[in-house]
Amino acid sequence: MTRRTGTGTWLRHYTIVYLVFIYLPVVLLPVFSFNDAIYVAFPMKGFTLRWWEEMVQQTGMLHALGNSFTVAVPVCLVSTTLGMCAAKALTSYKLMGARVLTGLFALPLVIPFIILGIALLIAFNSYGLELSLWTVGIGHVLICVPFSLFVLMSRLEGFDRSLEEASLDLGETPWMTFWRVTFPVALPGVVASLLLTFTISFDEFLLAFFLTGNESTLPLYIWSQLRFPAKLPAVLALGSAILVVTFVLVTLAERLRRQGEFRSDTAAGGS
Amino acid sequence: MVMALISPFVLLIGISFTLETGAQDEWVLSLANYQAVFEKPQYLRVLGRSLVISSLVALTTVLLAYPAAYFIAFHVRGNKMMWLILITLPFWTSYLLRVFSWKLILGYNGVINSALLWLGLIDQPLDFILYNTNAVVVTLAHAWAAFAILPIFVSLQKIDRTLIEAAHDLGENSIAAFIRVTLPLSMPGVIAALLLVFIPTVGDYVTPKMVGGPNGLMIGSLIQVAFGRLDNWPLGAAISVVSMITVTGTVCAFLFGIDRLKKLVARA
Repeated sequence: MTRRTGTGTWLRHYTIVYLVFIYLPVVLLPVFSFNDAIYVAFPMKGFTLRWWEEMVQQTGMLHALGNSFTVAVPVCLVSTTLGMCAAKALTSYKLMGARVLTGLFALPLVIPFIILGIALLIAFNSYGLELSLWTVGIGHVLICVPFSLFVLMSRLEGFDRSLEEASLDLGETPWMTFWRVTFPVALPGVVASLLLTFTISFDEFLLAFFLTGNESTLPLYIWSQLRFPAKLPAVLALGSAILVVTFVLVTLAERLRRQGEFRSDTAAGGS
Repeated sequence: MVMALISPFVLLIGISFTLETGAQDEWVLSLANYQAVFEKPQYLRVLGRSLVISSLVALTTVLLAYPAAYFIAFHVRGNKMMWLILITLPFWTSYLLRVFSWKLILGYNGVINSALLWLGLIDQPLDFILYNTNAVVVTLAHAWAAFAILPIFVSLQKIDRTLIEAAHDLGENSIAAFIRVTLPLSMPGVIAALLLVFIPTVGDYVTPKMVGGPNGLMIGSLIQVAFGRLDNWPLGAAISVVSMITVTGTVCAFLFGIDRLKKLVARA
């Protein structure tokens, strides 16, 4: 028994060191965004808010941020809807070739993104589609659907189909059954999928790099700024701002998910 | 949807057999691009290096992540979710900035060097820590950690705890029980993690460009150059097709090897 607690402490120490490794690069961004020097190096100079002011004044950045939202919001809605349809079809009906279909949906995940990006570039070019935020969005939907599908499938697996049958027997239309029975059960998964796909699209660089026209999304903007040392501290401030927002969002989503789980548990217990 | 997925790849393969003529509507069938890929040593060398780097990254990431996932699955009681969130939270932030941050850490005037100088441990900055293969491996092992932790954690979490107790009851010590029960049962997660890290990192373009230097160059950079500066799409397509086939081949060989190993172990 003592030896087991021994490995336990050892593992705990390791995990804490590992956490430091994981957080070190992330924590550096906010720390140096307040440092009163252009070069990111120790010893640190003084405290300043000048990089944050500079960041807020950069119109290019705000424009790119707007573009990223313009792409990510529709992408997360479309890919979660598609993922929902596919997950529903794959989990509730014994489809012919369901495995083949799942495999096909997962295809974008087993191909390096850069190759997917240029394949799409060639395709858009030969269809005569002009490169724009639309083409970036299409590319993002392709890579987001598999993530959405897997999140939703794991939520819908083990879903009791007799609930839907009961609803249909009681005279609800299939559409209302979906809204009042299936959807509430899947809701935590839907929220998780929306968040995940939004984040993927918001942060995606390679596909956007190949598929955008004149407009740039936030990652493309950051990429273009990284070349200029003088612009660096403002980019750090921007990175820190994104960091804080995502931390808040993810924590909120997690609380929502727990609440959803709790509510669906009590609902199941009460009915 | 299926068409939307398949047609780009058909076109990609198609265009790789054409010749860049400069004219818009002229298509000349040719094997020249493949000849170039196989005859000029740089392409295959960089492709080979990409495979080696990505394998190293996959191995490093899994080795680093496994003990942490094990700790959360077996030693944390109650709020496992909190630990998982704590570990995966940084991966919700910008990939570019995370990679860039490593450049700041490892650079000539970077955090490690300036901290060591400041502390008086070295007289001049160490220049061998950035712009090489090691820097690429460390950076990628950090950037893709979440893709290793989650599948390993899930497969560890699924293990029936009574099996491990049974091993103890039958007189195995902790290490033997781990090697003969826990580790084999967690292999699906380990294999998933290896593939989830290996496949995307082969084509990564950002990390080698930022921290790799000339010797850390990977195949993604060559593909980008063919589509960008060289403006030779057919050549880029041919490099992509060859890389795609090589990656798929490597993955299949790996899975086949695992399968053989499993059968050998089962027989022993």
